[in-house]
Amino acid sequence: MIHDFSYDIAVIGAGAAGLAAAAETAKSPFRTVVIDREDQLGGILRQCIHNGFGLRYFKEELTGPEYADRVAALAAKPNVEFKTGTAVTEIKRLPDNGFELLAFSAAEGVSRIRARALFLGMGCRERNRGNLAIPGSRPAGIFTAGAAQKLLNIEGMLPGKSAVIVGSGDIGLIMARRLRWSGVEVKAVVEIMPHPSGLTRNVVQCLNDFGIPLYLEHSVVNIAGRERVQYVEVAPLDNGIPQLDRQFRIECDTVLFSVGLIPENELSRQLGVELNPATGGAIVDANLQTSVPGVFAGGNVLHVHDLVDFVSEEAADAGRSIVHYLDGTLNSQANPVTVSANLKYVVPNKFNTGEKGTYSFRPLIVSDAATLEAELNGRLVWKRKFTYVKPAEMLKVELPAEILNESGTLVFRLQEEA
Amino acid sequence: MYDAVIVGAGVSGASTAWQLSHYDLKVALVERWADVGFGVSKANSGIIHGGFHHSARKTLKARLEILGNLMFDKLQYELDFPFHRNGILVVAFSDEQMVTVRKLYQQGVENGVRNLEMCGRDRLLELEPKLNPEVVGGFYAPNGGTIEPYRYVFSLVESARRNGCDLFCNFEVVSGERKNNLWTLTAADGRTIKARYVINAAGLFADRVSAVCGAEEFKIHARKGEEYLLDRNSPARPGKVVFPVPSRESKGILVIPTAEGTTMIGPTADPAEDKLDTTTSADNMQRIVTLVSRMVNGVSTRDVITSFAGLRPVLDSEDFYIDLSEKVPHFVQVAGIQSPGLTASPAIGEYVKDLLKKDGLELVEKEKIEYRNPPHHELRNETPEALDRLHADDPAWTHVVCRCEKISEAEIIEAVRKGHTTLDGVKFYTRAGMGRCQGGFCSAKIMKIISRESGIPMEELTKKGGNSRLLGGKLGTIKVNTTPEAAE
Amino acid sequence: MEKKLICINCPIGCHLTAERSNDSDAWSVTGNRCPRGELYARNELTDPRRVVTATVRCNSELMPRLPVRSSEPLPKRYIDALLNRLYDMEVKIPVKRGEVLIANVENTGIDVIFSCDCGK
Repeated sequence: MIHDFSYDIAVIGAGAAGLAAAAETAKSPFRTVVIDREDQLGGILRQCIHNGFGLRYFKEELTGPEYADRVAALAAKPNVEFKTGTAVTEIKRLPDNGFELLAFSAAEGVSRIRARALFLGMGCRERNRGNLAIPGSRPAGIFTAGAAQKLLNIEGMLPGKSAVIVGSGDIGLIMARRLRWSGVEVKAVVEIMPHPSGLTRNVVQCLNDFGIPLYLEHSVVNIAGRERVQYVEVAPLDNGIPQLDRQFRIECDTVLFSVGLIPENELSRQLGVELNPATGGAIVDANLQTSVPGVFAGGNVLHVHDLVDFVSEEAADAGRSIVHYLDGTLNSQANPVTVSANLKYVVPNKFNTGEKGTYSFRPLIVSDAATLEAELNGRLVWKRKFTYVKPAEMLKVELPAEILNESGTLVFRLQEEA
Repeated sequence: MYDAVIVGAGVSGASTAWQLSHYDLKVALVERWADVGFGVSKANSGIIHGGFHHSARKTLKARLEILGNLMFDKLQYELDFPFHRNGILVVAFSDEQMVTVRKLYQQGVENGVRNLEMCGRDRLLELEPKLNPEVVGGFYAPNGGTIEPYRYVFSLVESARRNGCDLFCNFEVVSGERKNNLWTLTAADGRTIKARYVINAAGLFADRVSAVCGAEEFKIHARKGEEYLLDRNSPARPGKVVFPVPSRESKGILVIPTAEGTTMIGPTADPAEDKLDTTTSADNMQRIVTLVSRMVNGVSTRDVITSFAGLRPVLDSEDFYIDLSEKVPHFVQVAGIQSPGLTASPAIGEYVKDLLKKDGLELVEKEKIEYRNPPHHELRNETPEALDRLHADDPAWTHVVCRCEKISEAEIIEAVRKGHTTLDGVKFYTRAGMGRCQGGFCSAKIMKIISRESGIPMEELTKKGGNSRLLGGKLGTIKVNTTPEAAE
Repeated sequence: MEKKLICINCPIGCHLTAERSNDSDAWSVTGNRCPRGELYARNELTDPRRVVTATVRCNSELMPRLPVRSSEPLPKRYIDALLNRLYDMEVKIPVKRGEVLIANVENTGIDVIFSCDCGK
């Protein structure tokens, strides 16, 4: 029998975003269902067994599983139901502006789940070797950093015996340490950019602690090995072009890729949610509502964060907006928010007049003295100085309500100081 | 003792085994790699060609291509594999190219291909709106299509086995001897197999198998083709296979709407020294993208989800060599099966059967032939109602393991139970791990299922057999020592 | 004497400068935005410590490995031995988050505790 379920709110994804959103909707009288394809709550936090989470959201340093338990506990209320081991494969909008989800699970079989509002919390996936089209052969021993992390931390299996890590994203750095702490050699981390892609503290405690070389402005130009990886060839880059005459070989049996994350918006596409090419996530208004009324998003499905605390904060904001939406008290204005110099994107993409606004940015530059400026209708209305801005670290600021006092266009820019 | 042993479980060998399995014969199929179709067939472009690229008067490959093409509808009905006769377009972007287009069209007509249609620009754009509007003209071959080549091989072998054919994988033939009217083939690991007839369908290594059996000496050259696979969401996916005007060496670089919903661009055609060299290169990706971007709109390197390379086995003659050996008795050569080998393969099997008959092998149809493979369910292709019924029998049907391609645990279990115990074997059988995350999320889960169902410990699982171990062992088997000296 | 360090306590990653005159043992720290930076720098220069995280085998069907952590940063010199000891262990569920697996590692007063619940 195909099950039919009906809720006020469906939260898709029970990671740091979905659970934080549900923790907010739980405070309302509305009924929420939280759906996740994994058997356990917490999403990717389950495999992030290292510490460093929660300083901002819980004012305490936690490991991933601890953070997951804490945020799950906030959502565990009588009006919140959890469906784990349940994969949503289709979403459609109904004529009454509600939504119907088609979901599969081993326990319940086929379910149709109806809800009046949705929170998208599907997170992101890792870019992989195929996305980069790294030349060479296709032997065993090539993993994304996250896949290797899952094998090691969840299954207790070593991905190999000696590894090279491609890309210096945080997961790659964390995995460098995890591999060394598992008896696996780490020969090198290879990064195409002139600066690390991960947080500085991870470079210190995951690479420097173990004497692992970090090759900046280098690229893997070949992966060799017929059955299992035998070695990689690495070349320095000059203006982005590999200098093959200076290439060198690193013997290894494992290559991990930590080369960026892509928001998982396949379900959002089915709903016709408008996406932002700069983030890979939805275009959202001040309430984190997407272009489809009643559909909200937060966390890595919206834009890739480097701190889980920001994921939960953003999702909690969206959770509160959902309650307003169902209450009929949502204030949704169309004043555009955009970026100009030195910023890759801003989230959200609209603001409400007379309300405070929270904005996240991804800088395009590395600088130890930069000013973030906001112009409302061409008039400089706000600025803040930053020491150490870099693409690896998201900026998040709050603009007070009195600044956003007229409708129009809000433009942010990042000015490097001379 | 077998009546016939077929060396090589690619499209040619599998098709031959399937044909012969309908007769009262003991048939064995031996494969060098860990699974069937893991050689040339695995990296095929998956096109059922239209029968116009080569002259049927001049080449065996064209004759078999035309016959093979006609056989696929029945085969799909019986064996159940993804195949769509969605048509082929050959497109020209200059008047000069139109000269070749007219010649090809004419050749197709002379070959007896029906329903070919010369098209002007407007007609082409009507047939395929994804084409670059600068297209000048071309022709349409509605008989062409796309197929999942490995699934086709799996289906053939499954049916052959159901009708009594034995399969031996990891069987690399290193010698062949004929004594007392009986062939003995010996594998690298020492196993032997005895048979009255040998069919050499060893793909890239058909020259070596021929040589070790004392048959004809010839040389198989490897011609590499690199392919790039684009995400399901790629706006470039056309409705029909789009061919450029061909060159002498190859049919050119195409845009292929694969039978399973992705888009493939390629292949290149470059000689490879090493018959195991399936490496891809950075230059070729750029070249392919540039070339296909001239034909269809919306091609982007951002949509590339993976790349791979295959090798075509090529003889100097550029034609197929399918014949009884003139040097040794009871030995059939099936060599040089390059493009359009996949299209021709059903006809190749029949052709080989006829050669065996000519050579005196008595062919008596089995009393009971199982023509159809049992229905093969896939979560992605079933209605919710059907899945609900499947779930009632087995909850694994609604456990989604591969999210990108929507593959259930039940499909993975089925693959393992049918003998596909490598990660690639499961991937090619089910598509699990073939989607946009390329196994990032599901590999660990699939490995656990393979291990549980096959009894092979996790640490011994391989990607594709041999020494392609997926893991480095259990955590704790290497002592942790992070002192700086230990790093040396 | 002057040493440059990057604080690893939180994602800000303060760039610290620790200074010490030749006749003194005490480091004075600048560049930190919170008191933990100062403590980190002192420890790092005299007795570097890290929070250790790992997994241990267990008898749960759902979770073949359970995550564990040190309750406080542990002197680096004890880490390898502790990891090897943890990898040799097998624990029985149920366990509770925060429950002590190994008490007082090497007499440091630091415990190894479970990072999650498992079993009832």
